[in-house]
Amino acid sequence: MTSTANNPAGLTRALSLLVAALREIFDESAYTRFLSRTQTESSREAYAAFCQECDAARARRPRCC
Amino acid sequence: MPKTARILIWILVALLGALALATVALHRGEQINAMWLVVAAVCTYALGYRFYSKFIAAQVLTLDAQRATPAERLENGRDFVPTNKWVVFGHHFAAIAGPGPLVGPVLAAQFGYLPGTLWILAGAVFGGCVQDFVILLFSVRRDGKSLTEMAREEVGRLGGLVAYVAVISIIVILLGVCALVVVNALKASPWGTFTIAMTIPIALLMGVYLRRLRPGKVLETSALGFVLVMLAIWGGQWASRTPSVATWFTLSASALAILIIIYGFAASALPVWLLLAPRDYLSTFVKLGTIALLALGIVALHPTLHMPPLTRFIDGSGPVFAGNVFPFAFITIACGAISGFHALISSGTTPKLIRRETQARMVGYGAMMAESMVAIMAMIAACVLQPGIYFAINSPAGIVGQAPEAAAATISNWGFPITATEMHALAQAVGEQSLYNRTGGAPAFAVGMAHIFSNSLGGQALMAIWYHFAIMFEALFILTVLDAGTRVGRFMVQDALGHVWKPLGRTSWYPSILATSALIVGAWGYFLWQGVRDPLGGINSLWPLFGIANQLLATVALCVATTIIIKMGRPRYAPVALVPLVWLVAVTFTASWHKIFDPNPRIGFLSHGAQLASSPSANVRLIFNDRLDAVVTGTLIVMVALILMESAVEWIRVLSGRKQARVKESPFVATQFASEEQG
Repeated sequence: MTSTANNPAGLTRALSLLVAALREIFDESAYTRFLSRTQTESSREAYAAFCQECDAARARRPRCC
Repeated sequence: MPKTARILIWILVALLGALALATVALHRGEQINAMWLVVAAVCTYALGYRFYSKFIAAQVLTLDAQRATPAERLENGRDFVPTNKWVVFGHHFAAIAGPGPLVGPVLAAQFGYLPGTLWILAGAVFGGCVQDFVILLFSVRRDGKSLTEMAREEVGRLGGLVAYVAVISIIVILLGVCALVVVNALKASPWGTFTIAMTIPIALLMGVYLRRLRPGKVLETSALGFVLVMLAIWGGQWASRTPSVATWFTLSASALAILIIIYGFAASALPVWLLLAPRDYLSTFVKLGTIALLALGIVALHPTLHMPPLTRFIDGSGPVFAGNVFPFAFITIACGAISGFHALISSGTTPKLIRRETQARMVGYGAMMAESMVAIMAMIAACVLQPGIYFAINSPAGIVGQAPEAAAATISNWGFPITATEMHALAQAVGEQSLYNRTGGAPAFAVGMAHIFSNSLGGQALMAIWYHFAIMFEALFILTVLDAGTRVGRFMVQDALGHVWKPLGRTSWYPSILATSALIVGAWGYFLWQGVRDPLGGINSLWPLFGIANQLLATVALCVATTIIIKMGRPRYAPVALVPLVWLVAVTFTASWHKIFDPNPRIGFLSHGAQLASSPSANVRLIFNDRLDAVVTGTLIVMVALILMESAVEWIRVLSGRKQARVKESPFVATQFASEEQG
């Protein structure tokens, strides 16, 4: 068994998963998907449209105690 | 790895866990190291995950690796997105971890560390993790349906209604009590209030940066916001030491309550997304970072617990809240052991992201274990304090007296020596005028966290910075819970009122927005105001109410889970959900009975009201509050009884063959991800 700590590939994979999780939590991945879905480049207008689209959903999302 | 080696490893884990639990449970008269709690928790979670959750996955739920999830079938790049399991895990954990697992264990520490710790571990492994996992899987099999929809479809119309009322109740009471925690942490604290006030311009700046300068770079913006918040904490010290500035930020509890109520209304009714969305990101950033830092701090420093395993207050005479260890320890700690609120998250965004059905185990069961670990860390943070300090911070003036000397004398007489001089020195060290009478858990947690951090990073010189960092961290994400909760509550009320008169259901119609926002804010604002004016500190009345409401929602979730398991044709496995359900019913019924009818005025609402009524200076408002709390508690318990009865009728009909055992799942579709490694 090789542990992540002494396996550079495993470490890279762990780090990339961490970054992916953070990007999902902070809606960066959702924005990337939005750009891909609408086939637009990132811009102020595109981000404003993305925010408008996800604001309604976010407003109905409870935050746990 | 050979099978024998695996068996040996698990035997070692079990033995180590048993040793740690025995040390935690059996040591009397001498202090133990916090690492025993950590080891006991890690081994318990490991065993629970490896064996119990695997049993549930294989035997009870029969997770199907071949079955496509709604994320795959309904993929739209927006709500339904097949996502990596670790990413979903992080997303789910960030959504379920709130102030509850930090505040509840700190309050329950008045019984000593043992009752709360055992409940957190057993409650999570056999209750909370199971609830989150099962509800998540059932939602996945129903295209991501919400708990309320599943209750209506699987239990009955009444079940749906009870779920709806439970959600509204929990939101209102939760927001009132959370706001009270913030008020008690910030009252007469110019440093803390300045820091929190600064998060408003910081969030606005983040909003501009995110929308204008670096569109979509949320992580970068949050990191920038974090740096600015750290500067605000540093600036708070200057503000507290500059009399002309400190005057502006030294606010009474009443003034803070009014400001928070105005903030809640504005957040719900006004288009302030430039403020709210960045604050939400900032809050999440700080939350995840602080939890990680606290875990590292505890492991690196392995502090000693000064709180005894059991205190004299297990008899119900506790100063923080009154009531015996059973049932009150079990409703005080909800999040961290079992929290009905999680069922809303498990049947909300998360089921729409799960890529493979088999991954529901890791996300549902695993993320709850992580939250439970946060609760253990909060328990450690409270118990590393000298008990005298803990009780001085958490005891209301109505119990220990207003004057520092009187409070110190009362607490010392309980067997927890403390002097007014020591408390004054501690307050000075953390940059406050006084730490007495700060009920609510947040300040005690902050002092404990500052104690742990200051021993590793920066020494005693940074104690005040760490204290205010912890206060900022808690207040920031409680305020995020507050503004998000107010909006969710407003939408729910609008949805319901829309059935009465259509325009009221239109979420863009301003009269409806204003009216429903005022309704929700008025409801939790009333509880907040009641807590602020309560001579016993408010927490004594409101936290048990919140616990009962939260466990009511868990009762709904477990009723739904039991019903579906029976309808799946697996009644022999129903105890997986039925046993925690029976336990919760016992806890909520007993606690509710005590809160309404107990003859001790410190526990029973009615006896407290009667005591007030018989005094010469009877305060009509306080008497009304007691009666209102009794009615609210009574209503909640009637709800528990109703959903239980409806569920029981459904179980009997199915088990007796009078009703066909048929679940309302989405049809089976084979997954395209079958060749991938299972989860």
